[in-house]
Amino acid sequence: MAEAEARRNLVLSGLEPLIITPESVFVNIGERTNVTGSRKFLRLIKEEKYDEALDIARQQVEGGAQIIDINMDEGMLDGEYAMVKFLNLIAAEPDIARVPIMIDSSKWHIIEAGLKVVQGKCVVNSISLKEGEEAFIHHAQLIKRYGAAVIVMAFDEVGQADNYDRRVEICQRSYDILVNKVHFPPQDIIFDLNIFPVATGMEEHRLNALDFFRGTKWVRENLPHAHISGGVSNVSFSFRGNDVVREAMHSVFLYHAIKNGMTMGIVNPEMLTIYDDIPKDLLEHVEDVILNRRDDATERLLDFAESVKGTGSKNTEAEVQEWRSGTVQERITHSLVKGIDAFIEEDVEEARLAATKPIEVIEINLMAGMNVVGDLFGSGKMFLPQVVKSARVMKKAVAYLLPFIEASKQAGDKEGNGKILMATVKGDVHDIGKNIVSVVLACNNYEIIDLGVMVPPEKIIAAALEHEVDIIGLSGLITPSLDEMVFLAKELDKRNMTIPIMIGGATTSRAHTAVKIAPQYRATAIHVNDASRAVTVAGNLLDQNKEAYMNGIRQEYDVFRESFLNRSRDKNFLSIEDARKNKLQLDWADYAPKKPNFIGSKSMEVALDVLVPYIDWTPFFQTWELYGKYPAILTDEVVGEQASSVFADAKAMLEVILKEKKFVAKGIYGIYPANQVNDDDIQLYDENGKELEKFLTLRQQSQKTKGAPNIALADFIAPKDNEVIDYMGAFCVTTGFGVDEWADEYRDNLDDYNSIMVKALADRLAEAFAEYLHEKVRKEFWGYDAEESLTNEELIKENYKGIRPAPGYPACPDHLEKPTIWKLLNVEEKIGVTLTESMAMWPAASVSGYYFANPGSRYFGLGKIKEDQVVDYAKRRSISTDLASKWLSPNIAD
Amino acid sequence: MPSIQEEIKKRILVLDGAMGTMLQRYNFSEEDFRGERFKDFPHPLKGNNDLLSLTQPKAIAEVHAAYFEAGADIVETNTFSGTTIGMADYHMEDLVYELNYESAKIARQVADEFTAKNPEKPRFVAGSIGPTNRTASMSPDVNDPGYRAVTFDDLRIAYKQQVEALMDGGCDLLLVETIFDTLNAKAALFAIEEVKEERGIDIPIMVSGTITDASGRTLSGQTVEAFLISVSHIPLLSVGFNCALGADLLKPYLQTLSSHTSFNVSAHPNAGLPNAFGEYDETPQEMQAQIKSYLDDNLVNIIGGCCGTTPDHIRLIADIAKDYKPRVSTASL
Repeated sequence: MAEAEARRNLVLSGLEPLIITPESVFVNIGERTNVTGSRKFLRLIKEEKYDEALDIARQQVEGGAQIIDINMDEGMLDGEYAMVKFLNLIAAEPDIARVPIMIDSSKWHIIEAGLKVVQGKCVVNSISLKEGEEAFIHHAQLIKRYGAAVIVMAFDEVGQADNYDRRVEICQRSYDILVNKVHFPPQDIIFDLNIFPVATGMEEHRLNALDFFRGTKWVRENLPHAHISGGVSNVSFSFRGNDVVREAMHSVFLYHAIKNGMTMGIVNPEMLTIYDDIPKDLLEHVEDVILNRRDDATERLLDFAESVKGTGSKNTEAEVQEWRSGTVQERITHSLVKGIDAFIEEDVEEARLAATKPIEVIEINLMAGMNVVGDLFGSGKMFLPQVVKSARVMKKAVAYLLPFIEASKQAGDKEGNGKILMATVKGDVHDIGKNIVSVVLACNNYEIIDLGVMVPPEKIIAAALEHEVDIIGLSGLITPSLDEMVFLAKELDKRNMTIPIMIGGATTSRAHTAVKIAPQYRATAIHVNDASRAVTVAGNLLDQNKEAYMNGIRQEYDVFRESFLNRSRDKNFLSIEDARKNKLQLDWADYAPKKPNFIGSKSMEVALDVLVPYIDWTPFFQTWELYGKYPAILTDEVVGEQASSVFADAKAMLEVILKEKKFVAKGIYGIYPANQVNDDDIQLYDENGKELEKFLTLRQQSQKTKGAPNIALADFIAPKDNEVIDYMGAFCVTTGFGVDEWADEYRDNLDDYNSIMVKALADRLAEAFAEYLHEKVRKEFWGYDAEESLTNEELIKENYKGIRPAPGYPACPDHLEKPTIWKLLNVEEKIGVTLTESMAMWPAASVSGYYFANPGSRYFGLGKIKEDQVVDYAKRRSISTDLASKWLSPNIAD
Repeated sequence: MPSIQEEIKKRILVLDGAMGTMLQRYNFSEEDFRGERFKDFPHPLKGNNDLLSLTQPKAIAEVHAAYFEAGADIVETNTFSGTTIGMADYHMEDLVYELNYESAKIARQVADEFTAKNPEKPRFVAGSIGPTNRTASMSPDVNDPGYRAVTFDDLRIAYKQQVEALMDGGCDLLLVETIFDTLNAKAALFAIEEVKEERGIDIPIMVSGTITDASGRTLSGQTVEAFLISVSHIPLLSVGFNCALGADLLKPYLQTLSSHTSFNVSAHPNAGLPNAFGEYDETPQEMQAQIKSYLDDNLVNIIGGCCGTTPDHIRLIADIAKDYKPRVSTASL
């Protein structure tokens, strides 16, 4: 370096750096986590109230301490135990651990124990020549090896330095030994020159402050890079009980000490006033003492002190905690995010009193908070130690709620929510995430069987059977664990086991679970992306509607897998011939199609109020860009209020629609004999076997995982050569007449809100009509599932047999099928719904589609198709390849 | 042979790539892991890659040779988990000395062969010292934040044994890497200092931390600067980052590091982030382009690869690194 004499920075670290440069302002060391200086802290440590002791540390950091001094030197304490315990606890408190630690003890074994538990670069307070050079060198060497800076007391074999010359002598000697013999970095040496009281009434103390200032100046000028520290409150020792004077003395002392080169000090920031704020007369009296300006300075200050005694110091109350004035949800979320457990019980209690059931506090309030935590973590705004703290607050809240949850349970319902086996898979030793999930689940009253890490599959299976668990939770962090999970799923399947598996851990993903694990296991495998979701997922896997939930997951993963494979394996397509060879083979031999109760087509009109129970409200909210499932969305933390308000308006308008019969619900359906012909087409017949229209379906062409078919809708209809007569249907419904006019009326009055509302409700009613008609068809008109009895919720989840796919949607993206339906059912003439040039239906609030009754039929995505199918399709449709390409372009692979 | 301290002044040194990724290609079975010697060992051994130095030494030597062939100046011994703490999972604590010693010898022999062939380009062996699977400054039990599954002294003792074996086996330098908890690394550095003092010899040390998530911190919560400050009390050959991120995502942290340290800077990032299937699919060309931006910005003195990198990656990295001058430190904390 060019300017070799430039002062080197003293750098320290907690979770964050502290860099003390020549330009740095005074570094404030927190002093209240010191059992020798704080009676309260001593009491808390003695009583092992470490939580409250941590609060003291936290308050100091929040109050501006840049380093915290920790001292456990007290005769009645096991100092080493207390030091290690407290430092370990601090390490788990990121808002404290962000600053460097000062390990303060007169006993070397306590210092060394502290050095072994702090990851950052800390400061040892202190060592000195008191016990001779040998011990001094030995300790300094170790401190250097542990990677800490050091405070050196101006103390030697003779005693403490109490004047200027002794300070100079001891500091020079200490410095030379450290720098030349130990090779200690000089910038990591901090001298404590002993701050002694002034105004004690004793003549020899008059120069105490001045000698300190002079000594400080000498060190800074003569011992390159070294720093100066000290415990400031000592200086005002003789004015204990008079905080006004003490505060002024501290400020004055610091003001001059800093001017002379003091860089850091142990100060209680609440016992410090601003130099410029000290009243002129008080300042003058205090400076007279500190700077020894008059012979009678002490007496004058003592007299003056009487007059200011008790005029009250400034407000030292902790800052008003503003966040306490938020809503109960805001407060709970704040506590979880910040990891504060002081108020969580009272807030949870408030939430409990407001909730209908205590468990709701967990499911709604606490989970909302944990979701915020999850999001912040995901976006890098929180890091792991903070998240672990949040989990602890969560645990405390749950512990508080548990007795209430127990009490609210019916007799005989005493056992937990279920048993969950947790394991980190073979070959993997990471278990932090698994442990967090276990805790969260245990908090939610699941019994956890934790098999630990590196658990081989046979052990997982044996334990699952032995304990009759309800769910198996698998965790893994490293990539080979992914294969282990696939392997385990295969093994479970081989044994015909049906226990759902939850997959979690850093390398796991929904994609991997859907694409690699789920196909290996006939039962459920579900990916859980974080601990907070685990509870919801486990709940869904075990509650009474679990079948619907598991089916939903399977379908979701099926669709995901197909689209994923389409996306990721562009190059891997089958020719259309090969795809047809791999078509879905339903078991036609054992299939006896239900002959419909009615064959032909029929139009109908229904009263609107019949449709209302069939409305699926979830998409309605999506129209308003409010995302969430109805009815939960109405109480959603973020959008609940808005959703409720829109919903109220919708309900009111729906009243008007029903009362004034604003719309007309018209529909038509047809059911006909049908057979699959030429693999991909469906030929319809009339009652007498005369050929009617032909539906052309498209076949998946992307390469499938082994065993999975390339599906076309035609696969759901019995092939002609089987000599089985099968059936299929088609329909169109509308609730759209009258909608545009009414919506335009609003729009013209500049009321866009109601204009959109009209259309949104019409859309919902049209969908409800389609649902209603489908049910009628299943149960009556066709009657293939006359026994069906499903709730509306189950209807919305599509738990019925058979499907009603619509042209223009993933299973059948071909819009040109619509004219075929129109022709077949004579839609336009019968109910007035027309097709535009681009094959959109008018009025817009209309739905059309097919009916497939086969229980093996299911929704799927066509994905991308290749040119060979397009050519083949054009031929079947009798249109040019160009035209076919135009209509199918979104689905044609590059 | 010139020392690594001399070589590093002349040029940017190239570190090898992933060992695990290469070993996966061999598709070793449980039986292969066991070999003849451990065929009756009562616990499963598949996945204990360090053990392969004893049971499949040829494969290990082949991987080292492939990296030297690709242009690496330094290879890392196959000892990432070679401490009593890491080996406890496999009940192989007693083998720790032998594993490290033999691993070092294998690498030493391959390195010497390459040096002999081309004395102009001396090759070095770095003893790989992993983080172990325990954290000294975090509790594995969320209900008991003050608990520690491992202590500084546990780590120090375990690391000391590993260090002694690596040095006995002939390592030129030591690489304390994939540091997710700085306290673990400090224990390793402490152990190394002890061995140096006892033997009265010096050995260059590389230190390499890991930024684990989007917060830009180590797993134990330290920022880049705090990490740097916490390990700078020992004279290091280099300080750097490896693993967890690809070269592009690692760059901002490397910049911070580079601008704050007067030590040499190393980086051995992953071949991108793992895809949904845990595979690394960044190509050598893609990675080379990102490493080029390190070189353009004068960020590194030692460059290599971690998870997912192969000799092809290292070849392209070495190819481009030779066109650049080593980083010269401009700042220091």
